Amino acid sequence: MDLQNVWTVATKDFSIFTKKKSIMYSFILFPLLVSIGLPLVIHFVNVQSGGIPTAALVLLLNAFAFFFVIFAATLPVAIASYSLVGEKVEKSLEPLLATPVTDGEILLGKSLAAFLPSLVATYGGCAIFMAFIDNLTFSQLGYLYFPNWTMGVILLAVTPLVCLLSVEVNVIISARVNDVRTAQQFGGILFLPFVAIYVAGEIGLISLETNNLLIISAVLLFVDAILFFVSRSTFRREEILTKWK
Amino acid sequence: MTGDSSGVIEDIIETAHAVRRPSVIDAENLTKRFGSLTAVQDLTLHVDEGEVFGFLGPNGAGKTTTVRMLCCLISKTGGKAKIGDYEVGNSADSQKIRRIVGLLPENVGLYDDLSAYKNLDFYGRLYKCTEEQRRERIEYFLKMLGLWDKRNLSAGTFSKGMKQRLAIARALIHDPKVLFLDEPTASLDPEASKTVRDFILELKKEKRTIFLNTHHLDEAEKICDRVGILKTKLLAVGTPEKLRELLWGSKTVVQLEHVNDAIVAAVKRIGPRNIEIIDNKLVIDVSNPERENPDIVAAISAVGGRVQFVNEVSPTLEDVYLKLVRS
Repeated sequence: MDLQNVWTVATKDFSIFTKKKSIMYSFILFPLLVSIGLPLVIHFVNVQSGGIPTAALVLLLNAFAFFFVIFAATLPVAIASYSLVGEKVEKSLEPLLATPVTDGEILLGKSLAAFLPSLVATYGGCAIFMAFIDNLTFSQLGYLYFPNWTMGVILLAVTPLVCLLSVEVNVIISARVNDVRTAQQFGGILFLPFVAIYVAGEIGLISLETNNLLIISAVLLFVDAILFFVSRSTFRREEILTKWK
Repeated sequence: MTGDSSGVIEDIIETAHAVRRPSVIDAENLTKRFGSLTAVQDLTLHVDEGEVFGFLGPNGAGKTTTVRMLCCLISKTGGKAKIGDYEVGNSADSQKIRRIVGLLPENVGLYDDLSAYKNLDFYGRLYKCTEEQRRERIEYFLKMLGLWDKRNLSAGTFSKGMKQRLAIARALIHDPKVLFLDEPTASLDPEASKTVRDFILELKKEKRTIFLNTHHLDEAEKICDRVGILKTKLLAVGTPEKLRELLWGSKTVVQLEHVNDAIVAAVKRIGPRNIEIIDNKLVIDVSNPERENPDIVAAISAVGGRVQFVNEVSPTLEDVYLKLVRS
């Protein structure tokens, strides 16, 4: 595999994304809203209730941290749908496939183009979130709550795996749909299981602590591996030119 | 030349083979099936270096499928083909073939959000052109195609004709050995078509090998050294002149004051030939117009016929094409 080709494909997609206002808004506004909005909720509840009990505060912060997993499932959809369905709609895949670049290099380049900005936006939003939360809760807790092991597992294991899952699902969806919005709608469904986990955490059905997050990561790794082979078999030159409708 | 149409077609293909030189594109019995549908069957053709080869055929004839097979975009079901020294279908050679061919697909497929320059630069990078090569070639082709002043504008702002020209430049950015053009003037207005055609003629002067899929028979006639007519199978291949000569022959039209049976009988007495009567015109198959026309006129005059005009019918490539495709 020629990594230079992979990077050329990825940077070309980056250049295109910077021209798409909807994508830029998603990648700037969405992280900002979440990273500032969630600490504001804590602040508002603190002010209204005269202070959240420490045990409840810790549960709430762990649940909020999981918000960034949902985030990681959602963000790549915006890019991956443009990256693959967009090229399909603009019929620009055929000339690209006519170059000496391999299918794997194109797929990896496009995956990176969706994966890296999503991860950067998630990490950026998370950094702001952690800074605000620490600032708000230090006086009550007496220590900096973030970063901690839970957030470490979320950022270093769960989030990248979820991003990858989202990209792979979009590759598979791209073979079946013909417009970017439909791809985004189908891709958006991916965040539902993670919302379900979040809600389960909020109502106390499961605890979103380090051990459980590691189990979730293991499951994601398994699903990612399976979907890698499915998406790889979907993204073949002949398949794209003759069967992608 | 045999009497039935299939025999004629085979003879033309044989004739073409007999005079062929070393070629850049070699296909032998190349076949592509999609399930039960045969898109291309037993295609055998050879395209010489520096030749402009026109590939004609109705929609669904298999022209695009052939180009895709030759560019290693889709697999072949049977037969064999070579581009230069590399074998189509051999996975080790596929990348090498894609490196030496340039393709202008039916849909230009440019990146509308990128500038003309960046579109070309992206492809130059994928073909491993050096920065200097990319800079020089982009400038050369954009100037040649009249797009240099618009190099920093998004391709999305370009007209259809400009996009087509930019896409041709993209196909040439790595200086390919063979250029495949799939319907380069389809859906362009006459002026844009002419610009593209003129550019192809410029490329022809540079002795580039060009494989041109087209519906425009006049375009094929003006540009191509040889043409092939495809309808799933290759029906005929040769120079436009050769095809016209072999498939159509010569016809003489004699405009008379009145046609009667005696005149027709007199013409038939000169030799067995097909005579068609249209109003007061006789359309007569001739093999050697210079020798036979005076005899025809003399025979008509001898039985009292009065000749007003004598013309030769020159078939166009379109006549040949329609005759073949309809048969």
